[in-house]
Amino acid sequence: MDHLDRLESQSVYIFREAFNRLGRVGMLWSLGKDSNVMIWLARKAFLGHVPFPVMHVDTEKKFPEMYEFRDRYIKEWNLNFLSGKCPPIEEMDASLPPAARSAARKTEGLKNFLAANPFDGIFAGIRRDEQATRAKERVFSPRGATGAWNFRDQPPEFWDQFNTDFPPGTHVRIHPLLHWTEMDIWLYTQRENIPVIDLYFAKNGKRYRSLGDKDITNPVDSNAETLDEIIEELRTTRVSERSGRAMDHEAEDAFERLRADGYM
Amino acid sequence: MSNHRESLKTVFVGHVDHGKSTLVGRLFHDTDSLPDGRVEEIRKMCERRGMPFEYAFLMDALQAERDQGITIDTSQIWFKTAKRDYVIIDAPGHKEFLKNMITGAAAADAAILVIDANEGVQEQSRRHGYLLHLMGIGQVTVCVNKMDLVDYSQTRFEAIEEEFRAYLTSIGVTPNHVIPVSGREGDLITGPSKRMPWYLGPSITEALDGFRVPLPATDQPLRFPVQDVYKFDERRIIAGRIESGTIRVGDTLLFSPINKTAKVRTIEAWNVDQLPMKASAGQSVGITLDEQLFIERGHIASHENQPPVETDVFRAHVFWLGNDALVPGKTYKMKLANAEARVTVQSIDRVIDTGDLSHVQSDRVERNAVAEVTIRSRQMLALDEFRHNQKTGRFVLVDGFDIAGGGIISMEGYADQRSLITVRATNVTKVEAAIGPDERHKRNGHKGGVLWFTGLSGAGKSTIAVATERRLFDKGYQVYVLDGDNVRFGLNADLGFSPEDRAENIRRVGEVAALMAKAGFIVVTAFISPYRSDRDRARAAAGADFHEIHIDADVATCESRDPKGLYRKARAGEIKEFTGISAPYEAPDAAELTVDTSDLSIDDSVARVSAYVDRTFTQT
Ligand SMILES: Nc1nc2c(ncn2[C@@H]2O[C@H](COP(=O)(O)OP(=O)(O)OP(=O)(O)O)[C@@H](O)[C@H]2O)c(=O)[nH]1
Ligand SMILES: [Mg+2]
Repeated sequence: MDHLDRLESQSVYIFREAFNRLGRVGMLWSLGKDSNVMIWLARKAFLGHVPFPVMHVDTEKKFPEMYEFRDRYIKEWNLNFLSGKCPPIEEMDASLPPAARSAARKTEGLKNFLAANPFDGIFAGIRRDEQATRAKERVFSPRGATGAWNFRDQPPEFWDQFNTDFPPGTHVRIHPLLHWTEMDIWLYTQRENIPVIDLYFAKNGKRYRSLGDKDITNPVDSNAETLDEIIEELRTTRVSERSGRAMDHEAEDAFERLRADGYM
Repeated sequence: MSNHRESLKTVFVGHVDHGKSTLVGRLFHDTDSLPDGRVEEIRKMCERRGMPFEYAFLMDALQAERDQGITIDTSQIWFKTAKRDYVIIDAPGHKEFLKNMITGAAAADAAILVIDANEGVQEQSRRHGYLLHLMGIGQVTVCVNKMDLVDYSQTRFEAIEEEFRAYLTSIGVTPNHVIPVSGREGDLITGPSKRMPWYLGPSITEALDGFRVPLPATDQPLRFPVQDVYKFDERRIIAGRIESGTIRVGDTLLFSPINKTAKVRTIEAWNVDQLPMKASAGQSVGITLDEQLFIERGHIASHENQPPVETDVFRAHVFWLGNDALVPGKTYKMKLANAEARVTVQSIDRVIDTGDLSHVQSDRVERNAVAEVTIRSRQMLALDEFRHNQKTGRFVLVDGFDIAGGGIISMEGYADQRSLITVRATNVTKVEAAIGPDERHKRNGHKGGVLWFTGLSGAGKSTIAVATERRLFDKGYQVYVLDGDNVRFGLNADLGFSPEDRAENIRRVGEVAALMAKAGFIVVTAFISPYRSDRDRARAAAGADFHEIHIDADVATCESRDPKGLYRKARAGEIKEFTGISAPYEAPDAAELTVDTSDLSIDDSVARVSAYVDRTFTQT
């Protein structure tokens, strides 16, 4: 088994645990590179099937390419697709910096979606290497009724014995990609030939490394036009993955506040 | 290609404030592993707080952590040397967050244990060392940090090294290096230090590169715990992760604890050109079988010649994280590989002080404590001893909704019950008995039955058995005593004294006693029979004719009598696994009769048993 095989096996294990131990589960599909890998891993886990709904909580501010991609692969991958909407920005906490406030719409959209569609477990494709508070996440991360993350008192999690016993009203975020890095995602995408949105590839010296909403995501300088070139770029880059995400740079605690409130 | 590089997970542990997070931050900085702007960002945060630059802020990302200057939760970060990739796990040192330390450390292949040169070895330095060992993390490097605070003193370093090496040695750990470092000043992070020319060993990165990457357990006996059974389409797929060994198409698999076998028909996979013919340790797979067995999540598949242990009782070395203490008698949910079972702690054998390694007797295991306990399950379990297979030899306990502890398994003093499960032959046709029990009852004037004496050595079983036999015989009962002497020489002459043979000895006695009871006799058996599972089997053989009689005297009383000098020898270590001293005695919890011989004379004891027999064996 090589490195990617080990990562894949661990993710498959996580998917199967959640599917067996939790009641209703569903997957958040942001249409980005990570969540495509996540769908792929689910099909590995369930031998070609995705036996739960795949959900997109739509900020309606995504790039047009992302909507095209979505519609195409719902059909091709035979997905049971659900979609939710996000409330307008005016309803968000005004004390948050502007980009973070915009991102908070997604949290609220998810909360509303979960209120209408009760799930016991939600798969989310976050990784520890993206951001320092995500580095502290559990694979099975319990959330109260409001979706809040009690990061000061997380339950222990070891030996792949995940938390599967909860008081009523709890749901769990399951993170099958937590142990992957950005490099791993691209190497796996390449090996498995997983489709990705073109926005990740450079045009006119710019490409997106991470895809958020149109208004709060900036492309980075790059000439990487193919998967090989992206991988080569990552080997030497000194720029962090989320450098194009405005909300990460507004205030020291902006991301923590968002996540504590239930942001992915 | 980086996907062919090896990867190693290393955790930083040690007492609170000894500089773990600082060392991790420094390691990243000095190996030039941080993205542009990160150091500047941290510098600004520190300035805003009016404090000197803190490398620890790289890992301590939560506001609460930065405000208090303490790590609350464990985090993971990626890093590489020329040799290989690393996942570095930072763990908190504060006692309050031991659950988070365990969460971080349990995932590691190796550990760096950090000790403050100024403060020296502290409570959590030892506890963390102990827990690493318990969890089977054998590769440990010790860093004596903050050498700048002790003027890079060789004497100070050597004093700490000596003290801590002695501790680690006493728990069976040999650190591969002890390195003097300074996280703040950057000494011995990636190369030699001018300030410590007296130190000739490796730096931290060199020590990291010296760790071994554990090999997957491909060559060990096969353990394939069933995670789920899928029927998404026409295939019935047994899904799970191979924890050790190798599965090949065509192999016969034995599923425990149901003890059923079937052959592997296919190993399924998605998005491959050809289905694989074999799969090995570490792989998450799905297989189909040639027979539709009733297989459930939690069963463990193995090859027939190397099966896991089957038992409903075992010993465990546990660490406890629950807010409520671990107590005997309470029911917990145990998770072992993919199995779940209701278990109770039958006894807390000793609580271990991880500071001085002394043992205390206690009726509870408090939060953050370590103990040896005996655990009993209501159902038969398939498991391994931790020393044979880590993955199927460890478990967690769930108390209410919370994972509250973990433990590793030992079967010391307990038999594998697989070989003892009595499979009654099915191809034997029972001959209809010509004489019924009532006829025998009438002829003898009493029913047949088994008086099963159990109790510690020296409690008086044989003496009371023999005297009871005389008393009952004189009263006209058909009575006979079975004890070690009359079965060990003949019926059980082929058996030795291993746990399995002892259990088999008791099983045969149970079967013979049951036959004699059917023949109308009152059979008195006089065996220590310390295990509940063995006695339960004897009860199953005799059914309603079984009467368990606890010949009860505590260890102290028996030891003071010590008629054969056995206790003295056991205490001196000349007899191993002596019941009550170095092996468990599981007292009956619902004996038909208890005779407390520390209070009663032999005559009185015999009178009790005899009265019980008059009461229960003569009514029609
Ligand atoms: N003088 C000196 N101070 C150090 C050194 N290493 C760390 N410190 C200081 O010791 C304090 C604690 O360091 P941390 O790295 O937060 O300690 P820790 O072991 O991670 O603490 P917890 O995670 O809370 O257990 C900080 O103020 C550091 O600046 C060192 O080598 N020399
Ligand atoms: Mg720390």
